[in-house]
Amino acid sequence: MTAAVATDGLGKRYGRRWALSDCTLEIPSGRVTGLVGKNGAGKSTLLNLAAGLLRPTTGTIEVCGGRPASDVAQLAKLGFVAQDTPTYPGLSVRDHLRLGARLNPGWDDALAWSRIERLGLDPGQRAGRLSGGQRAQLALALGLAKRPELLILDEPVASLDPFARREFLQLLMEAVAEQELSVLLSSHVVSDLERVCDHVVVLVDSQVRLAGEVETLLETHHRLTGPRRATRALPRDQRVVTERHTDRQTTLVVRTGGVVLDPSWTVTELSLEDLVLSYMDRPSSGEATPALEVLR
Amino acid sequence: MIWLTWRQFRVQALTALIAAAALAAVLAMTGRRIADLARRGAEQLYDLLTSTDVSLFWAGLIVVAGVPAVLGAFWGAPLVARELESGTHRLAWTQSVTRTRWLVTKVAVTALAAALTAGLVTLAVTWWSHPLDGIAGSTRGSLPGHLTPVSFAMRGVVPVAYAVFAVTLGVTLGAVLRRPIPAMALTLVLYVAVQVAVPLWVRPHLVAPTGATIAISKDTLDSISLDPSSGTESITVHTADRGDWILSNDTLDASGHLAPLPGWLNQCSASPPTNVQGAVQAQPVDPCLARLTAQGYTQRVVYQPAGSFWTIQWAETGLYLVASVLLAAFCVWWVRDRLS
Repeated sequence: MTAAVATDGLGKRYGRRWALSDCTLEIPSGRVTGLVGKNGAGKSTLLNLAAGLLRPTTGTIEVCGGRPASDVAQLAKLGFVAQDTPTYPGLSVRDHLRLGARLNPGWDDALAWSRIERLGLDPGQRAGRLSGGQRAQLALALGLAKRPELLILDEPVASLDPFARREFLQLLMEAVAEQELSVLLSSHVVSDLERVCDHVVVLVDSQVRLAGEVETLLETHHRLTGPRRATRALPRDQRVVTERHTDRQTTLVVRTGGVVLDPSWTVTELSLEDLVLSYMDRPSSGEATPALEVLR
Repeated sequence: MIWLTWRQFRVQALTALIAAAALAAVLAMTGRRIADLARRGAEQLYDLLTSTDVSLFWAGLIVVAGVPAVLGAFWGAPLVARELESGTHRLAWTQSVTRTRWLVTKVAVTALAAALTAGLVTLAVTWWSHPLDGIAGSTRGSLPGHLTPVSFAMRGVVPVAYAVFAVTLGVTLGAVLRRPIPAMALTLVLYVAVQVAVPLWVRPHLVAPTGATIAISKDTLDSISLDPSSGTESITVHTADRGDWILSNDTLDASGHLAPLPGWLNQCSASPPTNVQGAVQAQPVDPCLARLTAQGYTQRVVYQPAGSFWTIQWAETGLYLVASVLLAAFCVWWVRDRLS
């Protein structure tokens, strides 16, 4: 099965600033992948490159087996819900659905209308007068009714209140279950992704810091708490992600394929948020700690 | 794609249609009287005009001159720039339509609508004003002919090409600047600059001009004027057809070289020290002109004959359309390769 997105040495430069550099990653198809990173880490750049809105400065990117936006067939494979979910303020909800129907050969009108009806949106309402949550739902309906192979969402819930956030993600997940499509969505809030993603990619300073299946990552990462000690004393198969020392106590986040046997450690499980944050907080790897890649 | 273009454009298109219809109504109401007057007697037509008629004549020129500029700024400049500013290009460019087709359709529909609008307005204004083009009063006053730089750009087919050019210019500047308001302002500035530059330096050479040597006499004399700073006098004459567009008007001496007018002319014509312009009828000038002619002075005139009107119209239309196509090609390249 081809990857939904595959990049190799991908970089994008604006003037003298690299928004994304040397990014090599593979996003599996048929999954919901969360792209996490702080603001300015290069998430939007990566997603816009995948959507074909940007062209790479260096390296290559393939989406669903082809160069992004290279032709109509390639454009049809991808649904894109851009950041801030742009819609035409002067056009009504109905006009937006007509726009989708006119511009997309694979348009599923029944699907689009059923989503609009379920949300209770007035088809005659201008998009400019919708709430942020409604506008995001309209943009999502446009993206889904295109019947894409891959749906990309760039910070879809960033501007929504917690309730609209939850509702949006829930409806997204329902649609994913019905349509069997790959999803790639970004957020700088990890808790948003925790509920919906089964694969995660962490970008730090425009570099891939961590990529892997959520379940595997959670199984192989542990928080160890115990009396203060040096980290050199750890077994070979335990790699320290972060360490924190007080006068008497040491807290580590470690990755290991095996089991932590040392009884002096108190081992606790990590949430995805804790795990991702521990990678994001880690200072840029001065020593040779390559980006961790855990695939299947 | 045409549907989307029209859906986004229809309010502007209808506004233009209503404005054009209102203008046509005003012209239709007042134009019939002009047409009647012209049919009855063209001889004294100018003397029969009211000041309202003359104002309308000038207003017509201003409207036709303004339409392409306004369309370029308000239809062209925001076309891409507003999408870029509001981020909606990310919605439009990720539908199953290539960016090139999206842009080409939008520019084509908008340029076509602008061409139609400019064409209709020009047609209405030309119908109203053509009996008045180039007429002169029996004693004083005149209106510019349709080949003079004052009127040429507001008659015939060139306004259509100007509208197409202004729209593509606006679209291109909008795509480059990415902000609608600066793009609108720069579109106006550049469009006006082009409209000034073309009649000054390009239009006279579109068709090879005609040259003629004309004897200086009471019948051909247009004006004698004195440049108060240098104290030199100069003469202009006119060609047989008042509709000709005179490009240069130089005095030659007996040997056929460019020469200043002799110093005695100043006293001879006994003119006041300030400029004397317009038709010179004063009797004392006659002997001075005869003396000039006797000394071998003639007037060298380079002009575009009135009959070249349509040749120049089509040449300039072609020029602007070629410029529009080049701009559009640049714009497609920019949007496809540089905005990514």
